Amino acid sequence: MIKPARIFSEVIKHLFIKPATSGYPFEKAKIMPNFRGRIDFDSPKCIGCQMCVKVCPSKAIEIRLAAIQPPAPAQVEGQPVVAAKRKFDCFMHLDHCVYCAQCVETCPKDALIMTQDFELAHTSRAALTRHYK
Amino acid sequence: MSKITIPLGPQHPALKEPENFMLVLEGEQISGATVNLGYNHRGMEKAAESRTYLQTMYLLERVCGICSHSHTTTYITNVEELAKAEIPQRALAIRTLIAELERVHSHLLWLGVAGYEMGFETLFMYTWRDREQVLDCLELLSGNRVHYSMNTIGGVRRDISIEQKAEVSRRIKFLEERTRYYIKIGTEEPTVAARTANVGMLPPAVALERGAVGPTARASGIARDVRKDEPYLIYDQLDFKLITHNTNDVFGRLVVRVLELVESYKMIHQILNNLPEGPIAVKVPMKIAPGEAVNRYEAPRGEDIHYLKSNGTDKPERVKVRAPTLANLQSVAYMLEGGWLADVPLVIAAIDPCMSCTDRASVWDPKKGKMALYGWEEMRKLGIEHYKKRGVNFSGL
Repeated sequence: MIKPARIFSEVIKHLFIKPATSGYPFEKAKIMPNFRGRIDFDSPKCIGCQMCVKVCPSKAIEIRLAAIQPPAPAQVEGQPVVAAKRKFDCFMHLDHCVYCAQCVETCPKDALIMTQDFELAHTSRAALTRHYK
Repeated sequence: MSKITIPLGPQHPALKEPENFMLVLEGEQISGATVNLGYNHRGMEKAAESRTYLQTMYLLERVCGICSHSHTTTYITNVEELAKAEIPQRALAIRTLIAELERVHSHLLWLGVAGYEMGFETLFMYTWRDREQVLDCLELLSGNRVHYSMNTIGGVRRDISIEQKAEVSRRIKFLEERTRYYIKIGTEEPTVAARTANVGMLPPAVALERGAVGPTARASGIARDVRKDEPYLIYDQLDFKLITHNTNDVFGRLVVRVLELVESYKMIHQILNNLPEGPIAVKVPMKIAPGEAVNRYEAPRGEDIHYLKSNGTDKPERVKVRAPTLANLQSVAYMLEGGWLADVPLVIAAIDPCMSCTDRASVWDPKKGKMALYGWEEMRKLGIEHYKKRGVNFSGL
């Protein structure tokens, strides 16, 4: 059963509706609330267990001991010496990352945070390695 | 009339993927066609052997950009079978939901590509615009439009909330209305009929002989669907029809896909309305007991087969992927014979080819005119030589 011009009424209807595309670079892009974007790092929470490094499918994370360590808390009289909490830095290779957010799920202390940040393009490769302190 | 052989491809024969078709032409009619595979080497199966089971999952997701959920689900079913894990019903239902959303997105994509290949670009624009709705659903549920990463070993990673359910069914209802319009266009518009009817004929006997799968087989009247033949996930609890068509041509493949969309919407509503309560994942140990497993899955393009061999460590010993396009490519050579040169892109696109998923590398020696395969040692030697030219020496490794 062939009926020509099936599409014409639809084409005419489309003259009066607004475009489906958004003017993205000039307009803010709509991102879903749970979108898996750039991974952020919360240094005080990190215990340096390296679980995220082991689980990463693309070797995008490095956790290293920070160059400047916080001083040990002052000793309270009559109590044993409390060792200083070690501070860790995170090197995130955004050019390796596949944004699966498995590290966020694996982290036992929630030191890695998933953000909705997706505008990560850069002209230099070195700038794609982020150093979170 | 004298015969001429022309090569079509490897620079995009139909889609933007490399594959070569040698066509023997008599005038504009094709009297013989050969399909040459072997332009793509990604080394994924080998790479899987050096990654843990969880890391391999994210690697295999990237076998295909469209059936990403199909490949992970098949692989993970194998892993869970070897680990003897009991997967919660809710996790299986969520996996099925994502699988059906993926089928909707793949079939809408194909409808657009078919429109483009037949010179009906309005259809291409409309379907791809509407496909955004289902991609938004997937982004809402999983956090990404393409690589959903919804699966994890032992279940799924994200639960579905009531608001998400309502949003998904709102968008699916919109798509149902649009699909009714596409069914009308597909079956009644003269442009579609003129370009697709009696093009790329594949009689049922030939489809069986050449092992066609998925919508390609179903359009030749063969009722072959893993979801019905060997139900996995929760397909045995769902009520849906197996769509077949008997015109054996590109038109039949279009009708099968469009009607399958309607069945998928039906299934999505069924799952959303009866989502079982309970946990979404169980813990599975890192190390998997030695064994072998094979699983089948009805990907949007047809039957996808994965083989997995474990050796008791936390890394697989062998992973093998048989993508649906490999099964369908045998039929393409037959479909092209006797057809016209102008129809070639449409006939190739009609099986919804995914060359990069299918292809493994092979070596063609033009002097000897022979095809060769490289062994592990030769591959290693070639790799070392290749990097030496670039100033990196790996021979010590």
